[in-house]
Amino acid sequence: MPTIKTNEGPAWRKRTPLKQWLVWAGWLIGLCIAVYAWQLISEKTIWMFVFDAPSQMADIGKRMAPPDWSYMSKLWRPVWDTLNIATIGTAIAMVLAVPVAFLAAHNTTPHKSVRAAMLFIIVASRSVNSLIWALLLVVIVGPGVLAGTIAIGIRSIGGCAKLIYESIEEIDQKQVEAIKATGGSRAQQMIYGIVPQILPTIAGVGVFRWDINVRGSTILGIVGAGGIGIQLNASINVLAWTQVSTILIVILGTVFVSEYISAKVRGAII
Amino acid sequence: MLRLQNLSKRYKTGDLALNNVSLEIPDGQLVALIGPSGAGKSTLIRCVNRLVDATGGYIYLGDREINSLSSKELRRVRRRMGMIFQEYALVERLTVMENVLSGRLGYVNFWQSLFRKYPKESVHEAYRLLDRVDLMHMVDKRADELSGGQRQRVGICRALIQDPELLLVDEPTASLDPKTSRQIMRLIRELCAERGLAAIINIHDVALAQMFSERVVGLKQGEIVYDGSPEGLTPDVLTEIYGKEDWEKTIEKAEDDDAMLDNGVPA
Amino acid sequence: MNQEASHYAETWKKPHFIKSSFLRYSIYLATIAYFFLAIYTMEVNWTRVAEGIPRGADMISKFFPPDLSDSRGVILDGILESIWMAVIATIGGILLSVPIGLGAARNLAPTWIYLFCRGIIAVSRTFPAVILAIFSVKFFGFGPFAGFVALSIETIGFFAKLLAEDIENMSKSQAEAVRATGASWLQWINYAIQPQVLPRMIGLSMYRLDINFRESAVVGIVGAGGIGAHLLTSVQRYEYATTATVLISIIAIVITLEYTSGYLRKWVQ
Repeated sequence: MPTIKTNEGPAWRKRTPLKQWLVWAGWLIGLCIAVYAWQLISEKTIWMFVFDAPSQMADIGKRMAPPDWSYMSKLWRPVWDTLNIATIGTAIAMVLAVPVAFLAAHNTTPHKSVRAAMLFIIVASRSVNSLIWALLLVVIVGPGVLAGTIAIGIRSIGGCAKLIYESIEEIDQKQVEAIKATGGSRAQQMIYGIVPQILPTIAGVGVFRWDINVRGSTILGIVGAGGIGIQLNASINVLAWTQVSTILIVILGTVFVSEYISAKVRGAII
Repeated sequence: MLRLQNLSKRYKTGDLALNNVSLEIPDGQLVALIGPSGAGKSTLIRCVNRLVDATGGYIYLGDREINSLSSKELRRVRRRMGMIFQEYALVERLTVMENVLSGRLGYVNFWQSLFRKYPKESVHEAYRLLDRVDLMHMVDKRADELSGGQRQRVGICRALIQDPELLLVDEPTASLDPKTSRQIMRLIRELCAERGLAAIINIHDVALAQMFSERVVGLKQGEIVYDGSPEGLTPDVLTEIYGKEDWEKTIEKAEDDDAMLDNGVPA
Repeated sequence: MNQEASHYAETWKKPHFIKSSFLRYSIYLATIAYFFLAIYTMEVNWTRVAEGIPRGADMISKFFPPDLSDSRGVILDGILESIWMAVIATIGGILLSVPIGLGAARNLAPTWIYLFCRGIIAVSRTFPAVILAIFSVKFFGFGPFAGFVALSIETIGFFAKLLAEDIENMSKSQAEAVRATGASWLQWINYAIQPQVLPRMIGLSMYRLDINFRESAVVGIVGAGGIGAHLLTSVQRYEYATTATVLISIIAIVITLEYTSGYLRKWVQ
């Protein structure tokens, strides 16, 4: 932190004048972007509806209470489907993510071009939301749980592989060197030097991803890809608000339970 | 017998780590390699088993030239050389037994190593070695549960189970306290004597080098500047290797320590 | 070697991660049973799958090469709407996160405020953005405003929680040192808390912008503005060239955002 000269002698400032100026400029640009974005959004907004929102909320709120508990009995199957989409999807993703991660990490990849291809697969899989993947898969394999499961799988490959390859790049290279020095082959260096170091990460990533995927698979039904989202969508379309509130409560419960399980399992692994 | 002939190593950064080093180590000889940091000690050891590839010269283990080996032949030669590391370099999350058995990786195929199906003789030998270094009670412990001295003893077992002709030892005591350092050095010396092994030991500590080796090689900026008996390390020689410093005390201390340890007085 | 020392064992087995063999086999069995049941109850119409394969091949072929002409300009329009929605939702969400995060920090707020703020955070973290967007659309009408509200609430769940945890974990001595100088509450926040938290927050806000953009591309599926609506119609009308263009644009923008945020984070720290 510099001291600068002023008329009253040296004075302390947190930043140099130029840097201070840049920081202000940064804030100003940020403000302009915000104002511009807001203007664009508000142009496309019918404000009458927005001002009417409180009464809408009160109205729908009133219609949602009390939840239709009898509808619960029809929700067990969708919940089971939802959990299966998340679990099998995560399992598929993990099986594929581990080799992708090994091919993508700079210390285990066979070639730079392979690494580049894998990094592209990772970013492409992560960029596109599972709901979009589901939308496409419904066209290909037809509506149902299968489309949802594959969608969750495709979306999760990137997320899992990214975390795993980062941890492969951060391993302690000396342990690998020691295995190399005993005359171990490349494959042996991998299973003795690298895998033990990243195994806890792999397990942690799987559980972490499963938790995210349970949440994600509750909505896939909106595009017809199975799970409880199908019931949610149907009930909203026919304005059966008491059923909607039941479904929301069930989703809430499922997510809490999955979060609890994943926290427990992660605690046991690490 | 290990023979280095005009060995040179220049790193990609342009640093010349080894400059025309020639050295001959007969079977069963314990050689301490001393020198300041950056003198090329570690590079020299790593060139021998080609963890680092030399840029010039020849390395002969017996009558086999090592620098020109293909990767398959290299595996066979590496298992004839055991390496002991500065910070142990054990695989932290594997058990003590797995770490010791990993010394046999050069002898078993992929599936045997994956399923931990080592030949009976190897397992037997692993137990024998662990008993020899007093670690029988630690067989199923994970390596990261061990103390520094214990880990280094596991590292020694891993090197010895390779049934090597030569030990490459890289700063074995750098992360250990003085007492444990002496115990480890003593153990290495005893085991080499038992098996008639030759060894190159990189070591920072001049006093330890004098105590435990029969020959000392001094390295400075990648060149050998001293090669002789431990007794020959006079203050002048040390000044030549490390630069100006009061060396009388170091040498006296080594003699005192050695006498004390030989009399069995605890350090 | 030493022949007489033959009393050493000749076999060794790695100790199992789960020591009790009963528990271990129960877990194996339960896992197998679960996967069997899960796959068994998955109703797959294989004739439908077979019919879809050529359609899938057609879709994939449209990516090579993609049609980037966007003759009617709707794709660019939708993408821009998604970007601005993400930007404004990130900014709005962060601004709202500050009071809620402060309120959700146990060492700052009274209990009833604490519980209220934690409740908001819990709800926004439990429900996916799309569910919030469905309700937003019901309340505020179709269009990007609904998406903005849904994404803002998601952002609050993310930031307010982090902020609250940061404040709770923050070194107390540093905060007390400032308080001891006789500073007011606001000054205390400004000097003791802000410098510790701000650099990390800027990095995280870029990260959140990235997430918000990806989400903004899907809320359109339920009518909450952005590119999602075009994506949905393009798929329904079998206009896979448009689908491909949209997907490629999304991926390109996410990559750009990731690089920018990487640079910005380095610059801030």
